[in-house]
Amino acid sequence: MKPLVALLCGIIFGFGLAISGMTDTAKVLGFLDPFGHWVPDLAFTMSGAVFVTIISFRFILRRQSPVLVEDFNLPDNKSIDMRLLAGAAIFGVGWGVYGYCPGPAISALAYLDGKALVFVIAMVTGMAFTNTLSQT
Amino acid sequence: MFTYSTPLIGGLIIGIAASAMLYFIGRIAGISGIVWSAISARADNSWRWLFISGLLAGPILYHALFNAPYPAASDLPWWQAAAGGLLVGIGTKLGSGCTSGHAVCGLGRLSLRSLLATVTFMTSGMVTVYVIRHLLGGL
Repeated sequence: MKPLVALLCGIIFGFGLAISGMTDTAKVLGFLDPFGHWVPDLAFTMSGAVFVTIISFRFILRRQSPVLVEDFNLPDNKSIDMRLLAGAAIFGVGWGVYGYCPGPAISALAYLDGKALVFVIAMVTGMAFTNTLSQT
Repeated sequence: MFTYSTPLIGGLIIGIAASAMLYFIGRIAGISGIVWSAISARADNSWRWLFISGLLAGPILYHALFNAPYPAASDLPWWQAAAGGLLVGIGTKLGSGCTSGHAVCGLGRLSLRSLLATVTFMTSGMVTVYVIRHLLGGL
């Protein structure tokens, strides 16, 4: 059941990304350009998504356990450090350079767009590079 | 129809997908983390690959069902796709999350870490676009 639910969640998530316009780099870059010709679409997407989770997570996390597995698997790191802030800052630069964050980049592979593939390969390379560095 | 109805509906759908992940399998739908764990060969990985497959299937389903055209391919150069991807990979690994993990799910959990990460990447994303478009004239 768990793999099937993950597949369905992925489909719903990808469907949401596509209908919202997150898989369109022009819209994303337009959203990140409030001092130019601002495209506010994605402000509605973000607000909509967070509106749902901020309510639903309250109720879900009150449960003893999730429906299909024994325990919730949540990040437990609470530290506010340079690693978090520098990482987020670097991520934002990459987002602004091309217009994809990880989800939409993966989804855009479905369009058989060569540049989306280049983006995803570079992204995974960046993750592997950072992982290697942080283990030494 | 309200101009921003599809972005809003898309957001609500994304929120529902993230809620279903947490409710049924107890996981945060953080895509950078799921992708990294999937390729770095953790145990119990089939659900991650299926989630990723779904991310590709979802848009195909949407464009087919609604007869919506695929978004226009970016006219930015290849090197910019490579540079953007590399920085997104480094940043999300270092900062433990992206738009889905920190913004959609982290804010849902009222995580202070995620709030600060979200404010930081939104700001640096906007600064980057400002610099590229308005100071460097689009590169």
